[in-house]
Amino acid sequence: MTDLTGDTPPPETTAAPKRAGHGLGANLLGWLQAAPLTVILVGFLVAPIIMIVIVSFWGATEFSIYPAFQFDNYEFLFGSPVTYRVFLATFKYALITWALTLCIGFTVAYFLAFHVRSQTMQIALFLLCTIPFWTSNIIRMISWIPFLGRNGIANQTLQDWGLIDAPLEWLLYSDFSVILAFVHLYTLFMVVPIFNTMMRIDKSLLEAARDNGASGLQTLRHVILPLTKPGIMIGTIFVVTLVMGDFITVRFMSGSQKANVGRLISNDIALLQYPSAAATAVVLLATVLIIIAVLLRFVNIRKEL
Amino acid sequence: MSKMRYSRRTILKGGAAAAAATALPAPMIWAQEIKDITLRQFGTGVSNLNDVAQKVKEDLGFTLEMTALDSDSVTQRAATQPDSFDIADIEYWICKKVWPTGNLQAMDVSKIANYDKIVGIFKDGKLTPDSEIAQGTAPHSVGFIPEPGATTFADEQTNWMTLIPTIYNADTLGIRPDLIGRPINTWAELLNPEFKGKASILDISSIGIMDMAMVCEAMGEITYGDKGNMTREEIDATFAIFTEAKRAGQFRAFWKTFDESVNLMASGEVVIQSMWSPAITAVKSRGIPCVYQPLKEGYRSWGGGIGLSSSLSGMELDAAYEYINWYLSGWVGGYLMRQGYYSAVPETSKDFMSENEWGFWFEGKEATDVITSPTGDTLAQAGEVRDGGSFEERMGSVACWNAVMDENQYMVRKWNEFIAA
Repeated sequence: MTDLTGDTPPPETTAAPKRAGHGLGANLLGWLQAAPLTVILVGFLVAPIIMIVIVSFWGATEFSIYPAFQFDNYEFLFGSPVTYRVFLATFKYALITWALTLCIGFTVAYFLAFHVRSQTMQIALFLLCTIPFWTSNIIRMISWIPFLGRNGIANQTLQDWGLIDAPLEWLLYSDFSVILAFVHLYTLFMVVPIFNTMMRIDKSLLEAARDNGASGLQTLRHVILPLTKPGIMIGTIFVVTLVMGDFITVRFMSGSQKANVGRLISNDIALLQYPSAAATAVVLLATVLIIIAVLLRFVNIRKEL
Repeated sequence: MSKMRYSRRTILKGGAAAAAATALPAPMIWAQEIKDITLRQFGTGVSNLNDVAQKVKEDLGFTLEMTALDSDSVTQRAATQPDSFDIADIEYWICKKVWPTGNLQAMDVSKIANYDKIVGIFKDGKLTPDSEIAQGTAPHSVGFIPEPGATTFADEQTNWMTLIPTIYNADTLGIRPDLIGRPINTWAELLNPEFKGKASILDISSIGIMDMAMVCEAMGEITYGDKGNMTREEIDATFAIFTEAKRAGQFRAFWKTFDESVNLMASGEVVIQSMWSPAITAVKSRGIPCVYQPLKEGYRSWGGGIGLSSSLSGMELDAAYEYINWYLSGWVGGYLMRQGYYSAVPETSKDFMSENEWGFWFEGKEATDVITSPTGDTLAQAGEVRDGGSFEERMGSVACWNAVMDENQYMVRKWNEFIAA
């Protein structure tokens, strides 16, 4: 797996002991330099998460939550078949969206990195990809609704062409429309990191592959793909976490007919069931962290950053 | 913070004068100072209208800031962020949930000028002396408390009101007559397989469960002891029927906001669904036929009112009373009634409506001329009659009120499962 990337330097192993020798002064300075970020992370990331974990054991009435240490929320969560269905649906969305965004993202990045020769053109085309991001997420998503509706543009066009007799019902308010919106919204998160790593590939490696008689496909499989793995992995983490945490896309594009974990949480919050929402959030967080931990075992991203 | 200080300073010198002033109509002695007052009102979209805020500025001089949210967010905010508002424009079932938090303060009935003219529904629960009280959270049952500071409701009228009733209506199913092409007269039609993939209900548990109950009862599947206060078994049975229908693809979508319901209906995605009166109006004003279909089982009704934040005091509190009295004095009532709602004090609204409008909206008479909405859209032509008829006919056949039940938490969890099913 790593034999093809052998020309990158090995991880720095000598740095740490060298720094330790500088004494207390430098140590203190280092701590001070790290302090602002630490304070921000502790205040805005670690503390809220700890709070969520604590609240997940609390109890709730109609209109208030009260401190307690009970497992009711988790009991209800794991005891309900709906939870498993919803988690399964969430994985399904994440997996399909990941596969599609990867295919599209890789292709677009490949085109930009290897087919477009001039750098100006590359930058211009790359910026073109980002244009949809100038409007809000919600608008990009909702604009699909009139397009895909029963009497929408898509159905009318297909009927005019005589391809279908009756409007296709599954175009809107279905898994199809949810995944379509996800792919539309998140493909760029694949394109950017993959493009970035592709641009760093030494062109002489490709020449060497060709000189040694590799076909285009072989170069792609044995040279480009392994070298872009870190980019793919970063893109994967982006897409998977975004899809797993989403609730608004599922709500709008499925007409509230489908659910993922995010919607479970948002429903709970809307109904003032904060502890229950917190418990679901904790389970979701753990799931996502496990997924990322597994992903990181495949590729050492740090080496590339 | 600055507002609080201001109140404390002025309460001594201005308190007596302000108390006197509230008893009198404009012009007020404190007219200069009141201009600096800003009251923050939030509520559901139905009555949070910018036109009202403008008129308040014109008539009363102070500023009213409006925030419109969906029912769940309104409940959440009233229950958890008492300092974020001065006036809560909420529904009675929300009041039942929120009142025990102590975030709202009771209102002194003796300061409400038009109290005697408020319709009976909000006082003793009866439209006419011999009408029967419908199931559910009827407004009068959560409308009064025994004494200021109490967190439980009073069984009869007292001098302390939780909400001042402002707006209410009788809801039913909306249909697209052009796409259905046959008469609809029962709630059971919502789950008729004929409308597979073309039906919708609203995704707000407290309201949706009542629509569901109306449907299940109409189908003859379930007989409820009290729809407004179901047992766990009744809740389970209701959701079982609807979950089965959902899995079978009966519903095109669920909607949560007013605009969503309008779009679903106008685009033809849905031909029969739970709907609110002005949403029908909005569909109609696009030139698309839409009927607010009266059904034989009766209406699901709701009522809203204005509540005051418990942190409101001094001049702001006086301004709030001024606002409430103004609200009931007719202009707003007329405005709301011309949208198809009812005013809590209909007789004062009459002066702000033309004879044709009053006849059409309230008395259920044929329109003698074009009926337009307050914003100028044509809603009905001469000769048309309001769906459901007169005020007495519509409000007289209310089968249940939007409700919060004893088993609400259980219901809410079941609702969540239903949405995810």
